[in-house]
Amino acid sequence: MNVGIVSYGAYIPRYRIRVEEIAKVWGANAHSIIDGLMVFEKSVPDIDEDTITIAVEAARYAINRANINPEKIGAIYTGSESHPYAVKPSSTVVAEAVGATPHLTVADFEFACKAGTAGIQACMGMVGSGMVELGMAIGSDVSQGAPGDALEYTAAAGGVAYIIGNKDLVANIESTYSFTTDTPDFWRREGMPYPEHGGRFTGEPGYFKHVSCAAQGLMDKMGTRPSDYNYAVFHQPNGKFPTRMAKMLGFQNEQIKQGLVVTHLGNTYSGSCMMGLAAILDIAKAGDRIFMTSFGSGAGSDAFSFKVTDRIEEIRNGAPSVEKLLADPIYINYATYARHKGKIKL
Amino acid sequence: MSVPRFWRRLKNLYNLIGTHCGKCGGYFYPPRNMCPICRRNGIINPIKFNGAGLVVTYTIVHTSAKDYSKLTPYILAIIKLDEGPRLTSQVICDHSDIHIGMRVKAAFRKLGEESDKGMIYYGTKFVPMESKV
Repeated sequence: MNVGIVSYGAYIPRYRIRVEEIAKVWGANAHSIIDGLMVFEKSVPDIDEDTITIAVEAARYAINRANINPEKIGAIYTGSESHPYAVKPSSTVVAEAVGATPHLTVADFEFACKAGTAGIQACMGMVGSGMVELGMAIGSDVSQGAPGDALEYTAAAGGVAYIIGNKDLVANIESTYSFTTDTPDFWRREGMPYPEHGGRFTGEPGYFKHVSCAAQGLMDKMGTRPSDYNYAVFHQPNGKFPTRMAKMLGFQNEQIKQGLVVTHLGNTYSGSCMMGLAAILDIAKAGDRIFMTSFGSGAGSDAFSFKVTDRIEEIRNGAPSVEKLLADPIYINYATYARHKGKIKL
Repeated sequence: MSVPRFWRRLKNLYNLIGTHCGKCGGYFYPPRNMCPICRRNGIINPIKFNGAGLVVTYTIVHTSAKDYSKLTPYILAIIKLDEGPRLTSQVICDHSDIHIGMRVKAAFRKLGEESDKGMIYYGTKFVPMESKV
């Protein structure tokens, strides 16, 4: 199946809050948290930004980067765990805002942090079967962390859009493989503002089991080894988990360094490893191979193997790089952060 | 803003779609169904503006209508689009950076919401041209 990435676009809000600032409010030891999480700061949405506005900006960058005719997009899937509406699709707004309506199918996906990569797989099927010429998969979140909870140090905002097709590819998707079980490691009930999680339980039976099984499953399926890849990127709820995961699987630090964006971005949930992939595509050369594995609590992982084509050089500068989006942030204090996140109820 | 009113203007708000008169060359935003210059002889067609423009004038709103109270203080400006028409919009930037003549570009943002259980209105605001957002 000759299917792959035709274009991509990322969007990161400009505001940041440092871990020290959050720790100061809760009387926590910032250095211990930074050492434990390998996260120094996280992105914060503006007051008038949400999952939909972030998804639209990422989608527009993806369309502009490769000068795509939006009317050729036959499917849009927006993955998020922070869709603004409980009932009303985010994807209809995105489709209208990028000029893809009305002759297409859209839907919203939800699978904790891997809803975006599930969207990529759905688009692969649609394109591969000939149902659509181009499909767009988006991972976008303004993720929530309850005040004082461990998640508050990492729950960030950002989004990434990938246009999937079978012509003019910047990266072929060589193969994909998924691993899924019913694991209650993290959840948010209907109407609740913040998620609950199983603390340390989210690590071994959640993240490490699913990411390792999906990653190893894909390499077994393809007959590849870590050394066959130039880059690797794993879901990044913090810096420590993907670094440990890479080591367990046999990847070297040099392979994951470029895609490890969580340290100065935080966890963008549905956009997490897709943001790392975008950062890699920003510098990758023709022939480079990239290994990616997402993770969504609940729980499941999608693993992908990509091979970059020489088309990447033609479109690379058509939209801002992840490095540029991360540069020149505006740092805010906890009070402003609380206002931006709607934690203060008027 | 009522739901039907927003829905009718949705395409214009999302993508700066106005109208262009093929006879006199005039551009209009919000869109006009009839050219105010050529009247019934006008040839009116929809057009999507490129989203670039400059700040003609601005003010900083500290005391707003209730719907915008969470945003105060915010910058409200008259923007002249490169194609010619002028419109009123918020500009998202540091208040010390805003100035008359500033080049700006369109950005997709929340315009407002009815309430916690009401509609959320999306559309176009502006950010500095050199901004990466």
